[in-house]
Formats: sequence, C-alpha cells, structure tokens
Amino acid sequence: MKRSVFRNRALPYLLVLPQIAVTVVFFFWPAFESLRLSLFRTSPFGDKTSFVGLENFRKLLTTPEYYQSIANTFVFASGVTAIGLGAGLFVAALATQKIRGLAAYRTAVLWPYGIAPPIAGIIFLFIFHPSYGVLPYWLGFVTSYEFNWLLKGWVAMALVILATAWTHVGYNIAFFLAGLLAIPTSVLEAASVDGAGAIRRFRSIIFPLLSPITFYLLVVNLIFSFFGSFGVIHAVTQGGPGGATEIMVFKVYKDGFIGLNLGSSAAQSVLLMILVITLTALQFRFVEKRVTYS
Amino acid sequence: MKRRVRAVAGLAALLLVVLPTAALAKTEIHLWHAMGGQLGETVNELVKQFNQSQADFEVKPLNKGTYPEVLTGAIAAYRQKNPPHIVQVFDVGTQTMLLSGAIHPIFQLMKEQEIKVDWNDFIKPVTGYYSKDGNLYSMPFNSSSPILYYSKEAFKKAGLADKPPATWKDVGEFSKKITAAGGAKCGFTTSWPSWTMLENTFPWHDQPFATNQNGYTGLDTKLLINGEFGVKHIGQLAAWQKDGVYSYGGRMGQPDPKFINGDCAMLIQSSAVIGGFTKSLKFAWGTGPLPHWGPPYRKQNAVVGGATLWVMKGQKPADYKGVAQFMKFIAEPHQQMWWHVTTGYLPITQTAIKNLEAGYHFKKNPEQWTALGQLSGKPTANSQGHRLGNFAQIREAIEGEMENVFAGKKTAREGLDAAVAKGNDILKEFAAANKP
Repeated sequence: MKRSVFRNRALPYLLVLPQIAVTVVFFFWPAFESLRLSLFRTSPFGDKTSFVGLENFRKLLTTPEYYQSIANTFVFASGVTAIGLGAGLFVAALATQKIRGLAAYRTAVLWPYGIAPPIAGIIFLFIFHPSYGVLPYWLGFVTSYEFNWLLKGWVAMALVILATAWTHVGYNIAFFLAGLLAIPTSVLEAASVDGAGAIRRFRSIIFPLLSPITFYLLVVNLIFSFFGSFGVIHAVTQGGPGGATEIMVFKVYKDGFIGLNLGSSAAQSVLLMILVITLTALQFRFVEKRVTYS
Repeated sequence: MKRRVRAVAGLAALLLVVLPTAALAKTEIHLWHAMGGQLGETVNELVKQFNQSQADFEVKPLNKGTYPEVLTGAIAAYRQKNPPHIVQVFDVGTQTMLLSGAIHPIFQLMKEQEIKVDWNDFIKPVTGYYSKDGNLYSMPFNSSSPILYYSKEAFKKAGLADKPPATWKDVGEFSKKITAAGGAKCGFTTSWPSWTMLENTFPWHDQPFATNQNGYTGLDTKLLINGEFGVKHIGQLAAWQKDGVYSYGGRMGQPDPKFINGDCAMLIQSSAVIGGFTKSLKFAWGTGPLPHWGPPYRKQNAVVGGATLWVMKGQKPADYKGVAQFMKFIAEPHQQMWWHVTTGYLPITQTAIKNLEAGYHFKKNPEQWTALGQLSGKPTANSQGHRLGNFAQIREAIEGEMENVFAGKKTAREGLDAAVAKGNDILKEFAAANKP
C-alpha cells in the first residue's frame, strides 16, 4: 500500500469534512433522535411528553404481533433475496449469449428497476387483484381455485415477495452482467479444453469469480428488503390480511404515521437498526470468508 | 415561515406581471385537505367561489394526500410551528384533535369573530359526533353514512321484487336466490369493513361500541364489540363467506369493483360513492338503508363518517377573520346544497335539506335520501358517535382480526376477543400519552 502524504496537516481533514458532515446530518443525527424518542411517550402533537425509560421496548418485546412482524420480515427478506439473486443471475447469464438484438434485450431486462416500487405495486394489483385483476379472472375459467390473497396470508406474502423481487431484479442483473463480462474468456476456453462441461465451468470458475459481486448483492438485497420494500407493501396489502405481510419497516410506518404512537415507532426503528447492523456484521464475519477477491 | 415568504414573493412577482395596477396584499388562508381526483376539483371550485365573493382573503387549498397523511403532515407542521390555518381531519381523528391542544374550536372562533351561526340548524348526528360539552369543535365538511347498493338486474334475474332487503335475514335469502339463479357470483360485499359492519352496525342496533358512552365521557375506555351482538353479526358474515353469500373484498373502497363488474349483487358502502356510481355503473341500481337484524334489537340511527375542518391555533388574529368568513361561507345553504349535489356527500343543515325537498330533489333522486333517512331521530348514548383515541389504529386492528375470522383461522368470538384486546391496549396507550 502506498501512503499519500499531505504537507498541510489540516487539509486531509478538510477534504473529508463534507462526507463526515453528510453522514452526521443525515445518518447519525436522525438515528440519535430515534434513540431519544424511543425512551419517551409522546402525544401526537408533541405537547405532552414523558420519559418512560425502556417501557416502549418492553411493550414491543411482550406482544406476539411484534414477533410475527420479525418472522414475516425474515421470510420476506429471504424470499426477495433468493428470487432476486437467482433470477438476476439467470437472466444475466442469458444476456451474455450471442443473440440478435442483444443491446436492446440487455436494456429491456434492466427496465423494472426504473419503476418506482409503489407503481410496481399498482401494476401487480391490476394483474393479481381478486376483484379486478386479470390473472384471477382467467384462472376462473380453468379452475375453481379462488386466488384470494385478501384472505389467504401466504398467498399475499408470495405476491409481495414476487413484486418486490421483480422491482429489484434489474439492479441484480446489471451487476451480474458486469461480473460475467469481466471473466476472461481465455480461462473459460482453457477449462473447456480440459474437458469441463457447462455446469463444471460454472461451479469451478464462474461462480467463484462472481463471488465478490454475489456477496455485495446479498448484503444489498437483504438491506433493501428490510428497509426499501415499503412501497410495494403499502400499495398492495398494507400489511394484511390479518398482519400476514406486516414486515418490521411497515409496522414502524403504521404505528408511527397512522397510529401516531411515535415512541413505539421509534423503538421499533431502533430495534430494526440493531438487527440490520448485526446481520450485516455477521455476513462480513462469516460469508465474506468464502469470497474470492481477485 | 420561509415557505410563506416564498409564496408571497412569488405571488407578488406574478401580480406585478399580470396586474401591474391591482391592489395587493390579500391575506392568505391555507387549507390542507385529503380530497383527491374529482372531489379535489370540487374543493377547488368551492374555494374559488369564496375567493371571488370577497376581496380581503385568499384561501389556498392544498391536497396533502390521504386522510392519515394530511393529519401527520399537519402534526409535523404544527411541531415546526408553521401549521396551516385549516386542516381536514377524518372522523376517526376526532379524539386526537380534541385533546391535541393545537386547535382553535370553531364555536369559539365564530363567537370571537361575532359571526352568528345557527348550530341548531345542523343535523344532530353530525354535530353530536364533533361536539364536546354541547359545543361544536370542528366545522362539518364532508359527511356520509353507509348504505346498501343493489343491482336491479341481478334481483330481476332471481325473480325478486325491485326492493332492497330490509333485514339481514333477507340479505341472506336474497343472496342465495340470486346466486342460485346465476344473477351474480356472490350475494354481497362490504367496503370499509370496520366502519360499515361494526362502527355503524352497532349504533344502528342501539348497541354500545365501547364503554364510557363510546368514549364520550372518559379516556379509560374499553371496546365492547365482542359481546353477544358482535359475535352473532360477524359469525353470520363468516358463515356466509363460506357459502358465497358474502364475499370479503378487502379494506377501504377495494371491494367496490366486485359490485361494479357485477360479481356481487349488493354492496354496503358509503353514500359518498353515489356520484361516481351515477356516472359509471352500466346497470340499473338502487339503494336501501343498512340492513337490520330486527327484534329484539331496536332500530336506532347510523353514525356519520367523513371529515371535518379543524382550525389550528397560533395564527395571526387578522387571519382568523378570514378563516371565520370561509367557515361561514361553506355553512350557507347554497354551498351546502351545491356540495351535496356535486359530490354525493350529505347536506347537513335543516335549511339545505328543506330547500332540496322543495325542489323535489329527493323525489327525483331517491338514492340521495337513503343515507339522510337513516341519520334521523334523536341519537342515544350508543348512537351519537365514537370518541376513541388513535381510532385509525384501532380500526386497523379490528380489520386485521375480521380477516382472520373470514379466512377461517379464528372463530368470530376468538377474532373479536383479539380485536378488543389489541384495541384496549391502543386506548390505554393513548390515555397514558394524553394524561392531563
């Protein structure tokens, strides 16, 4: 490693100051505010505030709904990440084939990422809604199975996972595509000459070489499903039926903005923050060991 | 503050360009509301009429999103000490507003501004919902009540008379006949499930929804919806959900398409959709009051839903003059009638109703009378309305449990017990946060 040396001792600090300032104002300050709010019980308009210590946390950790929302979050995040990464890699692999109109095809597969999650939610509603969706209407002709996620919790969960994964798959494709194109063809050709089939080539060469990108996408997809998945759920199920799709970040919103219970909402966001920090740290500790950086 | 400075600067610049010689400095009154689409246009039109009717004030309407978004937006603005003058808050936000310490009660405002308003002219179910100790705290604006819509064609196909079902027993029988005759796939569906099936069905049968006279007389309120009546009603809906008599279609207005596209022969939904249905329904339809269970339950009245306009405190005294003028304007019979005819929301003063009757409005449009009819009569302690803290969150909890019951995961009693437990927790939290 080469060390750069600044003559002026203040200059390096000055240069990183904008980044530090942004981090403090937009990350540390709000995080600290949530932490402070989580220790208080506040009336909606903020005119009556009383310190309650850890009461907000105690209450959360003694209600079954909160644990249900944690469980929902894990199901949701694993589903979105698995489908998002799997489909992303699959489509990216297809997009490296030599076909006509490759550029147009590559552009098209990235499109879903350009659609705002609430809009994606609305699109899915038009396809899947039991009252006015196209798919249940067609299904009605071939089967008597009622595709009713307004009452069936697991169907609702599958639907929001699918919709969220779909909005995010373009992002994954872009990264996988870049990763695949960066793999030197000479290595693959050498492997072919040595008699390695497509599966063997993928397992022994492509996947290890893609592992830094896969790891990066794993972390980003998980964080995205924990935090960024709000739009789809808000548009499609609003956490229903009976709380079956109520993930933690949606509960933070619902209790804070509809319930106007800011103390509990802040406590939930603190817990969510702790959970995500822990998860990310764990991933770096254990999963990253298996990543090969070239 | 900055926003206002910018707005004034912008307006001034515009006036300099457009009207170089016009007199400046109209006082601005900010109104935040939740009326989107066609309703939003109607609000703009109403405001325009007011702005043109006088020269001193300019009301500026702003659609801030859904009802909960308007409320949270107003709260955030209040905390930053820059609230709008007038905020439209939905019925379930009433208790939150009453206890907020952030409002200027409408009765007091009108008294201060020496504007005479005959509050007795307003119909009782409306004033009762928004009054405290006999004084009106917010200005009733858009009021509605849930009614039954039915498809005349589906009824005809099943050989039924052109008459809405009056009792729940009829609803069941009619539905079975209609589905058997192929008139529709399901008998009926319900929009706003908690509002139509519990919040209104309880007072309609003179049953208590919560202790403390539905929350009017104290903060230590508990829900009472898991009693014999609630279990009977929700239990029947759950049984009907299984036989296809009833078809649960989700929350808010989501079930409407089931009726609009002819899947269900009946719909229970707010009277406020009459305007939209008149324009868009492709089949003949009629309305009837909420169905009733009959004896031993008494027939009382339904409660109003919708929203009112709250005046925020901390504004300049000169601004309050304009706010009061605007409130007086929208309470006048002419505006009341216009608003009702254009939107389908209820006319809520006796004078406006009488004038509409004189013009045979209700004879020509009988569906417009249905909701008003079921609001008549003197409300009892059970039917004056609901005053529950964080009601939006309670409604949410109730609807979640209704879904569990209709999905067959819980019995009606288990589901309602769980809804009551959750609701009581929310009420306790609200009482603790609002301890004086």
